[in-house]
Amino acid sequence: MAGHPRPLSPHLQIYRRQLTSVLSILHRITGIGLAVGLLYLVCWLVAAARGADSFNALQSFNGSIIGRLLLFGWTIAFFYHLLNGIRHLAWDAGWGFELPTTYRTGWSVVVGTAVLTLVAWIVGYYQMGSF
Amino acid sequence: MDEVTKTPDLAGASRSYRSNIARVRGLGSAKEGVQHWWLQRLSALALIPLGIWLVASLVGTAGADHAAIAQWLGSPFTVGALSLTIIASFYHAVLGLQVVIEDYIHAKAAKFTLLILIYFAAFALGAAAILSLFYGAFAG
Repeated sequence: MAGHPRPLSPHLQIYRRQLTSVLSILHRITGIGLAVGLLYLVCWLVAAARGADSFNALQSFNGSIIGRLLLFGWTIAFFYHLLNGIRHLAWDAGWGFELPTTYRTGWSVVVGTAVLTLVAWIVGYYQMGSF
Repeated sequence: MDEVTKTPDLAGASRSYRSNIARVRGLGSAKEGVQHWWLQRLSALALIPLGIWLVASLVGTAGADHAAIAQWLGSPFTVGALSLTIIASFYHAVLGLQVVIEDYIHAKAAKFTLLILIYFAAFALGAAAILSLFYGAFAG
């Protein structure tokens, strides 16, 4: 046992990027982003409970460029984490470990995230009467 | 050979007279790792419908004024579903953040400070969200 070479983790600087590893770290990054988004959701709920003034102030920030960018980022993060989370649950159930399947589901997550994010924002703008 | 073989043995394992079980006792998951893993999956499963419902609702009420939002937030279904969403979200978030912290923060003081902070924050913020829901529903 002693002196036996132990397996090393891939060294990030020389490890070739591939879909699987990029999607894996994105799951973490979007998860952290969504935790921050949760904080913002609490602010929104507290503002709504405090009354129209607080609520309107927050809503006007939401309508600003920075507000919209944040909400757009959280929309992407939500749909990505949702779809890739379903992919993870499928793995937990023992399904989808073959390499071609992993790539197929991975690309489906990427395309699905883009489509759902766009649909959500088109419906949102339509709802606001901007179309 | 070269560098690779000079990897230090774990806690002087080759020289120690202690048995393997004595060395690892208290260092492992003590069977609690499964509980963390399972609750993360359970909250994930709950958040599939709850998360979709929340985002669909937020998109559906985009641009609505305070009166309309207060009315939506005040309905019994919204209070119930949103409470469940908040509980599941904070639970899921804190379990996930815990793993991230344990993976990347190795200084003991920083690690435990962060772990304590995120758990306290999750409970406090979750409580604030649910309280504001009930406050809005009954006082509004």
